[in-house]
Amino acid sequence: MPEFFEQKQIATPGDLLAEGDYVAGENTYIEGKKVYASRTGLVEYNNKNVSIVALKAFYIPKPGDMVIGTVVDVGFNGWTIDLNGPYQAFLKPSDVLSRPFKPQKDELSQVLGVGDLVVAKIVSYDRTHDPQITVAEPGLGKITRGQVVKVTPTKVPRVIGKKGSMISMIKQETGCQIILGLNGVVLVTGKTPEEEQAALLAIQKIEEESHTTGLTDRITQMLRSEKSKRGAVKNE
Amino acid sequence: MNDKPERLIDKKGLRLDGRKPDQMRPVKLEVGVIPAADGSAYIEQGKNKILVGVYGPREAHPKHLALQDRLVLKCRYHMAPFSVQERKSPAPSRREVELSKVIREALEPAIFTELYPRTMVDLTIEVLQADGGTRCASISAASLALADSGLPMRDLVVACAAGKADDKIVLDLMDEEDKLGSADVPVALMPSLNAITLLQMDGKLSQDEFERAVSLAIDGCKQIYLLQKDALKAKYKNVKAEGEE
Amino acid sequence: MAAVVAKIKQKQIGVLIDKGKRLDGRGLTDYRDLKVEQGLIERAEGSARVHLGKTEIVVGTKVETGEPFSDTPNEGVLTVNAELVPLASPGFEAGPPDENSIELARIVDRGIRESKMIDTEKLCLEAGKKVIVVFVDVYVLNHDGNLIDASALAAVAALLNTKMPNYEYEDGEVKVKSGTTALPLSQHPVTVTFAKIGDKLVVDPQLEEEEVMDARISMAVDDDENICAIQKGGSGYFVPEQVLEASRLAVKKAKEIREKLDW
Repeated sequence: MPEFFEQKQIATPGDLLAEGDYVAGENTYIEGKKVYASRTGLVEYNNKNVSIVALKAFYIPKPGDMVIGTVVDVGFNGWTIDLNGPYQAFLKPSDVLSRPFKPQKDELSQVLGVGDLVVAKIVSYDRTHDPQITVAEPGLGKITRGQVVKVTPTKVPRVIGKKGSMISMIKQETGCQIILGLNGVVLVTGKTPEEEQAALLAIQKIEEESHTTGLTDRITQMLRSEKSKRGAVKNE
Repeated sequence: MNDKPERLIDKKGLRLDGRKPDQMRPVKLEVGVIPAADGSAYIEQGKNKILVGVYGPREAHPKHLALQDRLVLKCRYHMAPFSVQERKSPAPSRREVELSKVIREALEPAIFTELYPRTMVDLTIEVLQADGGTRCASISAASLALADSGLPMRDLVVACAAGKADDKIVLDLMDEEDKLGSADVPVALMPSLNAITLLQMDGKLSQDEFERAVSLAIDGCKQIYLLQKDALKAKYKNVKAEGEE
Repeated sequence: MAAVVAKIKQKQIGVLIDKGKRLDGRGLTDYRDLKVEQGLIERAEGSARVHLGKTEIVVGTKVETGEPFSDTPNEGVLTVNAELVPLASPGFEAGPPDENSIELARIVDRGIRESKMIDTEKLCLEAGKKVIVVFVDVYVLNHDGNLIDASALAAVAALLNTKMPNYEYEDGEVKVKSGTTALPLSQHPVTVTFAKIGDKLVVDPQLEEEEVMDARISMAVDDDENICAIQKGGSGYFVPEQVLEASRLAVKKAKEIREKLDW
């Protein structure tokens, strides 16, 4: 049963990855008994499952996902939220307000206006409708401070790291709170803008070098030298 | 007034730019050249210089153009006024309208349109300098721009033209050969699937000449295909080398 | 723009084609009934009407004098335009030419131009200054599939029918002498269009077949069996063997049509 690439080798769309009784995993497709890559990325053979860890993809909503989005429109019956992906989400007043919605009395833009950021959860999504989201759960709601960075959604697991090792390390070294939207939007909240910047830089670097080894150590090094530089500046 | 050359192929069998009949012009491909775009690519093929940008998939604008069951690819092929010898008006010519259509139809078979219903991908091709074979070069770059945007694809689409100059079947016509030669056959191909997604011809070819031209064009496509793959991987090779320090 | 074809009809088309037959009983390589009339529009210098099955096309030609293009100073000018008039199909809208009508016009143009049907050098009155301009206007009156072949035939028939004024260039002026003369014509190009449905090629697709097809390919063939123009359309693809099969069949069908029309 031939496999035509090596583990973690880069493949491009149309590359024949395997032929035989294989299962077409993420970012691949099957034609007869041939499995082809459909995105550029690193090949992974896992028993009979052939997949590609894509270097770039975009977010397709899944119910239950936690996401971070921006309000782009306030309509008469709800808000339109940009999720940094092909589909915009809709937020109903009943998923925001803890009381019934009265169209004549309630001014939606007072609650959430264009440009506001929210941490939300996908309630529903299917091929025929835009996704619906809610912020009416603990831990969700309007974002009032911090900075936001976008990464390609396939890299979010890398930012988390094995058993959360990468993200805990960043939190520790920068003293920041980090919320990772599965749609590739990351919110970083620290005590000072410099700490937030350091965390953002770390995350951007992870995105660029996600396919390399020894990344956790390099990021730790980078953050520590940033911290001492900041410490040095402060002490002058 | 330009002097028209008497022959397109000299006594030694070489073309006006010194190439052999089955030789392609040098090709340079680069991916990710427009940071604002979701995907982008740049190609130089001979004196052709073409830039392609991709935005999307995103919500369809205007909404009524969206398709309920699939993604819509919008494609615009446009030549800059300074791209050709005699300034070209910026307004879309009939030729640009036709090319926008055939290029779109060359790229669509590669895209899994059913995966992203009700969305739109905007693809823009700007020809900065033209020297024959712009539709083929545009397709080769456009397919890279689509792949660069993260859109899943069945295969890269690659294109190359063959034709007839004097009495020889030649590969990758340049501008003079296009204008003065007796046939031009542009072909776009998805090599892994052996699928021809663009095929046009103008000129006069016997059946046998036509078969040879298509075959030669397909050979040219396969050469450019390897360069396309390299261009996609190049972005990541650099970072990989850095990372392993 | 394409109408929605019911899934059961799509299936029916596929099943029939596998058996070598089509909705209207034709074989895979058969044309529909073809009728060509000429000279129906007296005000035009030339005209023709083609009925290909229920597809109906009228072409009128107009001849004028004008300036040549700068890169062909001693050649007359041919210009082809196509109108998909709203009455011809529920999907046609009024307005400037869209990509479909532009593509149709350019395919028809290519077949005529590349076959060298018109000897454009004989249309030159004074090099660099005055030439004869031939306008070919394609009017689609009913769309039931394969506008390309029908329009191409109508355009050729209209050109064959064209009687232009006797122009002469004297003392820096164009003078019109009495009588008319035919255009300097030699070839009779015929365009043959194939639709790919499933894995088969069918000749002269009717509208419902066009709505379910993968892709189409059109080939213009001249009197000497040379291929002069090709256009693949639609968002599907062809494998190289199908392209070659199409080219062989196109030559054969073009000859049949020429014989039938006595060209």
